Amino acid sequence: MIPASFQYHAPASIAEATALLVRYGDAAKILSGGQSLIPLMKLRLATPEHVVDINRVPGLEYVREDDGVLRIGALAREADLDGSDLIRSRYPILHDASRVIADPLVRNLATVCGNLAHADPANDHPAVMLALDAEVVAAGSQGERRIPISEFFSGPFATALASGEVLTEVRIPVPPSRSGGAYLKLERKVGDFATAGVAVYLTLGPTGICDRAGIGLTNVGPTPIEAGSAEAYLQGKRVDEGAITQAARLAAEECEPTSDYRGPAEYKRDLVRVLTARALRKALARAGGGR
Amino acid sequence: MSAMLVRVSINGEKREAEVEPRLLLVHLIREVFRLTGTHIGCDTTHCGACTVLLDGRPVKSCTVFAVQAHGKEIMTVEGLEQNGQLHPVQEGFTQEHGLQCGYCTPGMLMTSYAFLKKTPSPSEGDIRWAISGNLCRCTGYVNIVKSIQYAAAKLRQGGA
Repeated sequence: MIPASFQYHAPASIAEATALLVRYGDAAKILSGGQSLIPLMKLRLATPEHVVDINRVPGLEYVREDDGVLRIGALAREADLDGSDLIRSRYPILHDASRVIADPLVRNLATVCGNLAHADPANDHPAVMLALDAEVVAAGSQGERRIPISEFFSGPFATALASGEVLTEVRIPVPPSRSGGAYLKLERKVGDFATAGVAVYLTLGPTGICDRAGIGLTNVGPTPIEAGSAEAYLQGKRVDEGAITQAARLAAEECEPTSDYRGPAEYKRDLVRVLTARALRKALARAGGGR
Repeated sequence: MSAMLVRVSINGEKREAEVEPRLLLVHLIREVFRLTGTHIGCDTTHCGACTVLLDGRPVKSCTVFAVQAHGKEIMTVEGLEQNGQLHPVQEGFTQEHGLQCGYCTPGMLMTSYAFLKKTPSPSEGDIRWAISGNLCRCTGYVNIVKSIQYAAAKLRQGGA
């Protein structure tokens, strides 16, 4: 399959990239890992007249902690998360996700920031970032701004990025003590999108009461879903089996799955219940000093 | 749209071509450079038959534009054999009957080559994980795993 013709731009800086976006508007698309964009272009579901390849912008591959924030740059690949000791030891929820996105070859190119900017409700990082209460950094010709992840996904494949803006970084608060998270995904085979996926992040107080719960859901609605009532239910409670059962039930009520070849809506809703309970138990174990 | 100059090193040899930006890397390799060892399987980023190394990392060359490879090093299946000697991964696939129709083999070989450089003593589970982005529709995975184990052992003994 051959994509439609386009003009290729390889800016050497984010300023050059945003200038190109301003000049060409909706006719331009950012190319980072390309593992979603290029397949869409081959199917001619995307036909940008201008492709702005940011892969030659130096210094965007980083995954590092700075001043209480984990910062992941626009060109950090999924394989970089998988191979990072920092991620493995301090952010097992991100490590979980980096092992189940697409397949190992795709992950050598696919980027974390691209996974967010593409805003496919079937992508895995959005739910994880919702659970983690992350922020993204958007660079435009007027400078940078930060967008809370809870305000980022505005519709299927649509985000709060303005025309002319490029997502340059995702920022995640460093894990507080007694916190832990997990991402669980059911997929039919390696490389498939999730039938459903659930991300959970728990922060416990000194007596084991839940200070904060973050729960994000993958591919069970038109956008990534934050399970707000399940989160609110857990806050201030001891996370015992009774609370886990109830929170899982609430998360299942909050999702909006549709029936397709991955399964009927009722099945996916129940899968969200089961995965939420399992992810809560795993997050709890990790918050208690496990992984 | 105007053609662009792409200069790459492919299997250690400097090559260049004028290409349309929409040309996929796999087409540059097969149709412009005439290195047809790299296969096109699904053309949809699933099967891995088109796997090549781009600056040492295995990628699906049907999902990279040729212009993105400008200034980079590409290694294809043709680059494995050195001085008439099969690379241990090739030898492994021969000895352990790691192929039936052979269509997935170039991709399997390139993935295995990169994987064994990073993981010299893999478990069977590690190997199955590493090749999970390469599909064999003859479903000869048992022998493919054995072939990679053969290559790992040979490489540990200092072969190639």
